[in-house]
Amino acid sequence: MLLGAGPVIPNFGSGTSCEVNNGWFCTSWVRAHWGDTLQPALVQHVELSVLAVVIGLAIAFVLALVGFRWRLLDPPIGVFSDFLYTIPSLALFQLLVPLTGLSVLTVEIALVSYTLLILYRNLIEGLRAVPADVVEAARGSGFTRMQTFLRIELPLALPALLAGLRIATVSTISIATIAPIVIAKGLGNPIFIALKQNTFKTEIFAAGGLAVALALTADGLLVLAQRGLTPWTRRARA
Amino acid sequence: MPGPEAGKMTLAEQFRPHTFVEAFRFMGDHPGLLLSKTGGLLALALAALGIALVLALPLGLWLGHLHRGLFVAAGISNVGRALPSLVLIAFGLTVLGIGFWNNAVALVVLAVPPILTNAYFAIDGVDRDAVEAARGMGMTEAQVLRRVELPLGLPLVLAGVRIAAIFVIATATIAAIAGGGGLGDIIVNQATYGLAGVIAASLCVSFLAFLAALTLALVRRAVSPRHMPLA
Repeated sequence: MLLGAGPVIPNFGSGTSCEVNNGWFCTSWVRAHWGDTLQPALVQHVELSVLAVVIGLAIAFVLALVGFRWRLLDPPIGVFSDFLYTIPSLALFQLLVPLTGLSVLTVEIALVSYTLLILYRNLIEGLRAVPADVVEAARGSGFTRMQTFLRIELPLALPALLAGLRIATVSTISIATIAPIVIAKGLGNPIFIALKQNTFKTEIFAAGGLAVALALTADGLLVLAQRGLTPWTRRARA
Repeated sequence: MPGPEAGKMTLAEQFRPHTFVEAFRFMGDHPGLLLSKTGGLLALALAALGIALVLALPLGLWLGHLHRGLFVAAGISNVGRALPSLVLIAFGLTVLGIGFWNNAVALVVLAVPPILTNAYFAIDGVDRDAVEAARGMGMTEAQVLRRVELPLGLPLVLAGVRIAAIFVIATATIAAIAGGGGLGDIIVNQATYGLAGVIAASLCVSFLAFLAALTLALVRRAVSPRHMPLA
């Protein structure tokens, strides 16, 4: 294992009695190791996830434009993203190692792969659901094709896109916990280390709790963004 | 697991596509090992999926039939998604300890949300006119659910089962980190099996996931309501 700098390994010998006895949750350990273990892992986790979602969104957006414009290309793109989604995460990480090595690139390729299916599907379905007569009316009042897309179709597809973004973000945060199989980064790292250290409970609960809290926080923030960006949907459903 | 020298290698040095050839050679050399590990994974995944189906399917279908519990169904799916597989496995290991059934419990927790939520929304979304017509014909509530709502909602119900199956196979692999056995054992144990072995096991588990997804897709197609000529 590549370990990050700092004494991340719990010292069963010299900690408080709770730590020595591997108690259920030792606040003393969390306080002592927030700065050198938990906080850096949390920051890395956010970085890994945000990068993956942003890249995934960009790729899915281009793919959705292609699939929306040329309907014939939609099935192959859909099948391909479905194919990527089906590969178990642990296997995908390892399958990329001979190609891109033990690098952040490997982790990001895997994480991005899992966002594509959800983002692509939601974008395409959102764009398709725009009523034809609305598009017709826009074209009739002199909008170019580009203007129609940017000012009519895209805003109307926004709720579907944001719904997909929520699922993709939460899934990415979840899958990113497996990243330490490739590089020692993210909240999965303390968990992997604790599992090796005779299942040091405090570290598992602290890092795992942080991962869940991060996912729920991200979800909550995206719900707020949803309300802010698409106020017209608020009455439809919570 | 990365070796200590890995960090110093450049990307070009780490680019070893011939590992895939070695992986296939590994498959040829150790078919028995891979088969028994596949069997271990399959047993765990099927046990978990089976329990999850028994628990979640009737509840989701019945709640959907009553059009009640939207909050429960949506909430369970949100919380379920926010629970990382690794965290779940690690928590399970910490609280329950190592063992087949302990891992199965963690997998069930993961498989329940997609099955329950999809079953709920599948039945909840069935055309109300069709349901009313069935009631008007004198069907009991159970008959309405079994003969009208279930056939119409089945494709969506099966979509949930498919997601659950993919989740369970992926997480059953991760369970090896917590001593769960199965193909994941090879994937997380590069020191013993080498990168070729790791890749071979990764290919096997991916194949297994595709097989599960394909099977459920075929079942879904077979049971989807078609525009049938009226007999």
